[in-house]
Amino acid sequence: MNWEATLTLFLTVGIIFIIGLYASKRQMGSTNYMQDYYLGGRSLGGFVLAMTMTATYGSASSFIGGPGVAYNEGLGWVLLAVIQVVTGYFTLMILGKKFAIITKKYQSVTIIDYLKKRYDSHGVVILSSLSIIIFLFSAMAAQWIGGARLIESLTGLSYTTALFIFVGTVLIYVTLGGFRAVVTTDTVQGIIMFIGTLVLLIAVIIAGGGVENIIQDLKQENPNLISPYGAERTLTPTYVSSFWILVGVGVIALPQIAIRAMSYKSSASLHRALIIGTIVVGFIMLNMHLIGVFARPILPGIEIGDKVMPEIALHVLPTWLAGVVLAAPLAAIMSSVDSLLLLVSSTIVKDLYINYVNPDIEYKRMRRISTGVTAVLGIVVFLLAVQPPDLIIWLNLFAIGGLEAAFLWPIVLGLYWRKGNKYGALASMFTGITSYVIFEQWWQQPFGMHSVVSSLFLSLIAYVLFSLMTKDRQRPYIEI
Amino acid sequence: MPPTQKLQASDRRYTIANREALFGISLVVFHFLWWFGFAYGLGSKEVDEYTYILGFPAWFFYSCIIGFILISLLVFIIVKKFFVNIPLDEEESDI
Repeated sequence: MNWEATLTLFLTVGIIFIIGLYASKRQMGSTNYMQDYYLGGRSLGGFVLAMTMTATYGSASSFIGGPGVAYNEGLGWVLLAVIQVVTGYFTLMILGKKFAIITKKYQSVTIIDYLKKRYDSHGVVILSSLSIIIFLFSAMAAQWIGGARLIESLTGLSYTTALFIFVGTVLIYVTLGGFRAVVTTDTVQGIIMFIGTLVLLIAVIIAGGGVENIIQDLKQENPNLISPYGAERTLTPTYVSSFWILVGVGVIALPQIAIRAMSYKSSASLHRALIIGTIVVGFIMLNMHLIGVFARPILPGIEIGDKVMPEIALHVLPTWLAGVVLAAPLAAIMSSVDSLLLLVSSTIVKDLYINYVNPDIEYKRMRRISTGVTAVLGIVVFLLAVQPPDLIIWLNLFAIGGLEAAFLWPIVLGLYWRKGNKYGALASMFTGITSYVIFEQWWQQPFGMHSVVSSLFLSLIAYVLFSLMTKDRQRPYIEI
Repeated sequence: MPPTQKLQASDRRYTIANREALFGISLVVFHFLWWFGFAYGLGSKEVDEYTYILGFPAWFFYSCIIGFILISLLVFIIVKKFFVNIPLDEEESDI
């Protein structure tokens, strides 16, 4: 067991934990519980908004999985990953002010709330609730597993113990604190991610004898490692560019990201978040993946991609500092998980229970139920993660693309196209999800692109076609 | 507030929001062209013919590193020059 790294890692996590609890205390006196628990009272400032977007989006794959692939594929994978800079500005520029204005008018506190008021359809509410619960639940379980594996590999604790520590921490501050605790801890986690990336990058460049040296070493081992085509020349331009959609433009439709585009205080905070967010996301994505590539000549022969990051950190940094730096990926995982947990909980309580079971719920009961559902969800995910069933792993593969295929057009065209209606939205969600699952299962990479591109194209056609075909059946949409 | 006036106020905000969304789309398309153009424009030749800047292959330097810096700068300029402060709900007066 690596005591020094363990100690600093947990110390860092402990600080985050205390900050989360502190934030939740400030929430106790609030009057509008729903808006506060799930949306932080729409009070986010620019810096916090940028950090929570970054921390929610940056997950296990940005810090562990992605750099591991970059280690094997070379600069071509960094090229693919760096297009995620788009997520820093695109979501906020497109949803931006209009989304905040309209959701305030509708008094929506969740994405489904917004879809419900915009399309006025039970079908849309139920279909979107199910997509969120199924896809995000699986995504969450996968992150849970990633977090526990990281603690396990760094500290030498058993997987179950590691999982228990991880889940316990997350659960306590999410159940007690809600959205505000989540975004506050996200901010701290975002800062740790940023500084951790910087420290590790510098250490790796020094250990490798400078950029020039590292690049020439890579070239000598395999010239393809410094080409944009990947180690085996398997990364085609078409495939790489489809990631512009999957991890760039399409991210707008991920509910955990989109909800943040309605939670900020004023247009000035939006403006600040755009600038800070772009810089922070770009910095982390570019450099984390570069570190993965640079690790190759320094520590050759690592076989499991997920181990590249922990091993290179322990190799190039003093042990105690490695613990602090590795708190960055752990922070990333925790901050994705807490947002997902809160979102699934809000879907169940706000969008399903209050809509369909008990609309006249009183304040105290609502509060108990929200906390209770969040806690129960966390425990169920914990139990699943102890012995992950294959179904969860399978569903997680679909999570990001599936959510994008389901939500992109109903959210975006709902805002900007008056003629869009519930038939279009339903058709689009249905087409998006089914075609995506079919592509992934039987026809991977249609036309050389990631399957999400074709699914988004089909769901766009479905949205437009069905909205136009049924335009006489529905009263015209009026912006309030 | 009389209804007509309210409508006009929100129309003005929507016009601003729509215009800013168009900035987002233009920027994301430009971003793609820059990123893709430099990566495969300079990177598709033989590795032995690569030129290097600060130790990085030129394609990577322009596409990924300069690309990131340029986009951050453009976001800064667009936000500072063209984005307008508006109230998000009707009750608020102009900020």
